Amino acid sequence: MKFFVSILLTALLSFVSGLYLPWWGMALVSFGVSALIGQRPWWSALSGFLALSLLWGLLAWMIDTGNNSILSHKIAQIFPLQGSSLLAIGVTALIAGLVGGLAALSGSYMVGRPRVADAD
Amino acid sequence: MRIVPFLISTAVTAGLIVGLNRSWGPIPPLGSFFSPQHGFWQNADPVGKDYSENLVLPGLKEKATIYFDARLVPHVFADNSEDACYIQGYLHAKFRLWQMEFQVYAAAGRVSEILGRGPGDGYLKFDRTMRRLGMVTGAEKAVAEIEKDSTTKKDCDAYTAGVNEYISRLKESELPLEYKLLNYRPEPWSNLKIALFMKNMAYELAGGEDDFEMTNAKSIFSKEDFAKLYPSLRDSLDPIIPKGTVFQKPSIDLKIPATVDSLYLGNRDSALVWEHKPEKANGSNNWAVSGKKTLSGRPILCNDPHLGTNMPAIWYEMQIQTPAYNTYGVSFPGAPYVIIGFNDFCAWGVTNAERDVRDYYQVRFKDSTKREYWFDGQWKAADKRIEEIRINGQESFLDTVAYTVFGPVMYDNTFNGSSIRRSDKYYAVRWTGDDPSDELSVFNNMRLAKTYDDYREAVRALSTPGQNFIFAAKDGDIAIRQQGSFPAKWKKQGLFVMPGEDSSYLWQATIPGDEAPALKNPERGFVSSANQPPADSAYPYYLGGDYPIYRGLIINRYLGRMDSITPRDMMKMQTDNYDVFAEMARPLLLRYLNESQLSMDEKKYLALFRDWDLRDDANEKAPIIFREWWSRFEDGVWSDEFSRTTLALKRPDESVLLEALLKDSTFSFVDNINTAAIESLRDVVTAAFIQSIPVLEAAEKEGRFQWAQYKDTWVRHLLRLPALSRMHVPIGGGANCINAANQFHGPSWRMIVQLTDKTEAYGVYPGGQSGNPGSPFYDDFIDKWAAGKYYPLWVMDRDDARDKRVKWKITAGKGDLPTGQVN
Repeated sequence: MKFFVSILLTALLSFVSGLYLPWWGMALVSFGVSALIGQRPWWSALSGFLALSLLWGLLAWMIDTGNNSILSHKIAQIFPLQGSSLLAIGVTALIAGLVGGLAALSGSYMVGRPRVADAD
Repeated sequence: MRIVPFLISTAVTAGLIVGLNRSWGPIPPLGSFFSPQHGFWQNADPVGKDYSENLVLPGLKEKATIYFDARLVPHVFADNSEDACYIQGYLHAKFRLWQMEFQVYAAAGRVSEILGRGPGDGYLKFDRTMRRLGMVTGAEKAVAEIEKDSTTKKDCDAYTAGVNEYISRLKESELPLEYKLLNYRPEPWSNLKIALFMKNMAYELAGGEDDFEMTNAKSIFSKEDFAKLYPSLRDSLDPIIPKGTVFQKPSIDLKIPATVDSLYLGNRDSALVWEHKPEKANGSNNWAVSGKKTLSGRPILCNDPHLGTNMPAIWYEMQIQTPAYNTYGVSFPGAPYVIIGFNDFCAWGVTNAERDVRDYYQVRFKDSTKREYWFDGQWKAADKRIEEIRINGQESFLDTVAYTVFGPVMYDNTFNGSSIRRSDKYYAVRWTGDDPSDELSVFNNMRLAKTYDDYREAVRALSTPGQNFIFAAKDGDIAIRQQGSFPAKWKKQGLFVMPGEDSSYLWQATIPGDEAPALKNPERGFVSSANQPPADSAYPYYLGGDYPIYRGLIINRYLGRMDSITPRDMMKMQTDNYDVFAEMARPLLLRYLNESQLSMDEKKYLALFRDWDLRDDANEKAPIIFREWWSRFEDGVWSDEFSRTTLALKRPDESVLLEALLKDSTFSFVDNINTAAIESLRDVVTAAFIQSIPVLEAAEKEGRFQWAQYKDTWVRHLLRLPALSRMHVPIGGGANCINAANQFHGPSWRMIVQLTDKTEAYGVYPGGQSGNPGSPFYDDFIDKWAAGKYYPLWVMDRDDARDKRVKWKITAGKGDLPTGQVN
């Protein structure tokens, strides 16, 4: 349960953070949510990773659909991604996921080991 | 708390964030760049985006309404000129901010600031070239001129305020893509930047010369050979002002320096300089036909300026209407007004004059500190200007430029252009682009022009770049003038580097505007120009310069025999691919080809060439054969003589070679001086043909044996990134066709205006109204342009607000607008 709550909360608050803060605001969110909702470190990391990669991936995918992939196709040539819009979305998701996962891991280590009974 | 894993994990997280938040060489900060809420995704405009909005623009004096049609062309309705310019600045910034600032950076010699020193210090050398040419001091002088002209000053102030209003509301997420890619932000705009933008055009169109190449040629070739290689006029020339025109006696009496033979014409010194040059193919076509020759009985004016086919495009199309005027045409993002277009009374357009307005003087300094130079028998102190060239990621480069009575010292002991060889010769540059001028007032006045007299008065202010300014009015007048600030020169003055130790070689005067080559309502019923010489040797002043001649020939030939002309005929003509140079060169090549030496396969290509209809259409094969053959033939003739030196030289134009051989097949340069045998024209022509065969066979094998694929026209992004460019555009034409579409260069705006009571106009340019590579409007005109098709230009009336051609509407006022207010 905590796992899914973490994912939802991280994604939601990161989206709000993105409206007002620079892109790395989501790392603070991921860190904070993970510190608040105690999980085993690697579960925390996984929820941080999934939350942010899903958030960025989904946002990018929605924008890309509305844009008929005009721009992503070009960016995926400037970066060596074979002109693939899907790969551009993938890289977007991966960057966010890595940051989210690591930030969540740090947050989790900060509060220490959660009580075993809460882990799920 | 698990302190060790926490520290490690936090350090790695922080490291990752820091790493993703900074650029690595050419890689932008990946975190912000890929963020869907901040980075490039924000530039991916939704297809079908709604451009309508209500804007509060505190800089407006009254209110303005902007209607966009389906091509995203704005039709601006403002209550006064300043508001119109304010809105123009706002729109330019909204749709083209990055390009206008980048071009200004280039003009000001600030490219290294964004892109670093460049490969082989190329960007730094370019920046030094711009600084040393005096682009910034020239722009400062232009601003001072603008200040003197109250209308232009007010309009520029308003334009600048409009650009800055847009910049001030720009959020990080809304930055144009290129800023995000290169990781920098726009600066505030200013009137100096407008002036710098205009200087950029002056450099591109009037910054070219071959003084060092000619000086070197003079040092190598005999006087007789030089005259053969670089004749000033061509036999087949059809000048802008028809041959046989009688010109008035020149009002200026020029004093030729006493030392002209010994120190100048007879001087055999050479120079190590290799210059950065503007694109040589910058040229254009324009013509206007009188009502006598049209079906409607009214004049038609046509113009297609040839510039770099860049993206975002150099032009931004718009209509601007105030109670005082109603103009439609293309504007330069970076400056106010419509540059090429029409109003309710007349139409105008330009081609480049190609005159030589940039000369060099060899100056003698006392020592390498460049503090004092020898002038008129004494040491004279030089002014110094220290140019700080900032370099992305490195320390600034400080460049000291000395200023003399001639102008800034462009090349010296620290700088020889792109040459890496050093010399202790000092060359000061004299360029009209460094003189005070106010070109914008020309376009300020043209929007108001009604008659020939208004036009005549308006174009007076055009200084640099000099242009063949063409005009047609609804009252029936057609006219053309070669307008600009042209120094009156004695014969061959400024063809070579001049002695710079006394005042006798200075430019003595500017040719008065009234003595400019000009034509009004000629008997033949048309006026035209295509960068050819404005007149033949009857013109009383030395013309200098470097002029292509073939487009002018074919334009005049067509216009001469056309009648009952319609705009459709003009479209056909403007996109015509007939190659008049090939028409003249083919008989020569065929006459001297020794067919008995050819194999069956080779004869197959020959047959294609022989049966060619002389059109450089996209799907033709023969133009490839002709180009390959001719360029090898030129190599065969010139390369032996021209490879004797590593100095900068210029090979003679193709028209020189062709005309020399048509007159004299024993032209001395045909022989290869590196062989004992004496080669004949027959030998060289035949060898060139045989050598071109493998290239043709390879092209055929690789499926590139079609003119458009072989020529490979691009509409290329200013950063030269293929991904942001349109590559391999299927278009025919070429340098000597009216449709002068070269690889990276071509007709940048095709316009046809029929001056009937209700103006009937057509236009197209290779690009799109949005400068954003993520917008469907980025490149949507290109296919139409390539296919030789046009858009009807809609001159909207105030009453047309509910016309179905209006797609979006911006209502702008200086205070709060009630929602839903209708203008």
